[in-house]
Amino acid sequence: MKRRGSVLAAILPLLWLAVFFVLPFMLVAKLSLSDTALAVPPYVPQMDWDQGLKGMQAFIAALDSETYVRLAKDRLYLDAYLSSLRLAGIGTGLLLLIGYPVAYGISRCPPTLRLALVMAVILPFWTSFLIRIYAWIAILKPAGVLNTALHALGLPGIDILNTEAAVLLGLVYAYLPFMVLPLYAILERQDERLIEAAQDLGSTPLSAFWRITFPLSLPGAAAGALLCFIPMAGEFVIPDLLGGSETLMLGKVIWTEFFANRDWPAASAVAIVLLATLVIPILMFERQQKKVLS
Amino acid sequence: MREGPSAFNIASIVLGLAFLYAPIVILVAYSFNASRLVTVWGGFSMRWYVALFQDAQMLDAVWVTLRVGVLSATLATILGTLAAVALVRGGFRGRTLFAGGLYATLVMPEVILGLSLLLLFVSAGLPRGFWTVTLSHTTLTLAYATVVIQARLRTFDRRLEEAAQDLGCSPWKAFALVTLPVIAPAVAAAWMLAFTLSLDDLVIASFTSGPGATTLPMRLYSQVRLGVDPKINAVSTILIGLVATGVVAAYLIQQRTARRAALG
Repeated sequence: MKRRGSVLAAILPLLWLAVFFVLPFMLVAKLSLSDTALAVPPYVPQMDWDQGLKGMQAFIAALDSETYVRLAKDRLYLDAYLSSLRLAGIGTGLLLLIGYPVAYGISRCPPTLRLALVMAVILPFWTSFLIRIYAWIAILKPAGVLNTALHALGLPGIDILNTEAAVLLGLVYAYLPFMVLPLYAILERQDERLIEAAQDLGSTPLSAFWRITFPLSLPGAAAGALLCFIPMAGEFVIPDLLGGSETLMLGKVIWTEFFANRDWPAASAVAIVLLATLVIPILMFERQQKKVLS
Repeated sequence: MREGPSAFNIASIVLGLAFLYAPIVILVAYSFNASRLVTVWGGFSMRWYVALFQDAQMLDAVWVTLRVGVLSATLATILGTLAAVALVRGGFRGRTLFAGGLYATLVMPEVILGLSLLLLFVSAGLPRGFWTVTLSHTTLTLAYATVVIQARLRTFDRRLEEAAQDLGCSPWKAFALVTLPVIAPAVAAAWMLAFTLSLDDLVIASFTSGPGATTLPMRLYSQVRLGVDPKINAVSTILIGLVATGVVAAYLIQQRTARRAALG
């Protein structure tokens, strides 16, 4: 009886996911095997439904992996691929370094203050992402806020807008709440008596931290790292606005192929490659989530 | 008894929050700057706000964005409530796969989601515009809504619902009269989250929108590419103000409800 109710509840969301999530991916996979054409929509082959089975055979016969071969031969795509993973990787490392002390600090505060501080960390996430990245342009540009302040102090200015450094700054800035929250969630739940026990047995606070608190918080660090790494690898807005034309990332390549070059098969093939790379991190993230929930 | 925060703890929190808030503070400050230049303070002025409200294209985009947000958040919250019920209570086969699909949408790069949805609409022959963006945003926010509602539903005491059924309620009625009011704050929070995510989305909207359905982020993005426009600071400040008010109000309401629950 109860079971039937929950199966009924599942039907609509399941159908929604099938139509708007699974089916579209199959279309991307199919399109990555198609060729570009000057047509609307700009690719061939098109499925000819009137021809029935024969039309389907002709359609399947016309699919090939030409686009992938083309991408593999072009140095640009490989560079974009590698720099996406590199920037997302370095960004995740920086986020761990910066997010951990913040999350740990919050978990050490009295409970009432903790809740307010968590709110303060989440609040910027509720304000527009695009606007927050845009604000960094005003700060980082050659005659921007940062350089004006540096000059006023008699220091030399720095010009990092449109470089990878600016992209990393933007990534760390935008994803910091996603790193702090899972870390905080696990640090806050930790049993304080473990630390007391260690100290009773003669451990210094620092060694108690390294030997108890830190190892126990690693699942939170893993959750935060995955939650940040996966979307960062496909990030578009940050490399586009802060990285200038210098920085290549796959999200930007997909955007350019699609909007500027109108090469839909290439955009699809890049998307498939990115997805294939992210499958393992995504599965790891899901296993982590299941463990947290059960 | 937990020791209080050390100086290092306090410094980390202060620096972390300063990093998060500095750009927002600068943006808000410069929305009141009379000068067009970011680095020159030309005195306090509301001129960018006046200019903003005379910008018909911008206002149009705001209107589109709000309609898309309300509709997609409502759809996502309804579907998310159903999905949460199925995930928390269901023992059906394929549950793991269902949960897997949902969580995958949480972390999927937006460029991939946008491109795949666009291909779906092209294949189905749907004209791109208001409805395609709304459907896409529902897909984007569905998993977030589910996660929020699921967390609350997990701690809900099912015996309350069973008691209602023992007293003669149908299962559906018991859910509507007993469970739903209890999880209502989580449902409201899920709606808010879905709404904000929809307001904020540039990438998926750019892929799936068509003529006549330019959303605010799309409009802002094209302005930003053209160069710095102080009107963007003004519209950002309004958005930030609205969101901050909403979030703080939600927090206060929740606190009061929690306090009342603790007393009763």
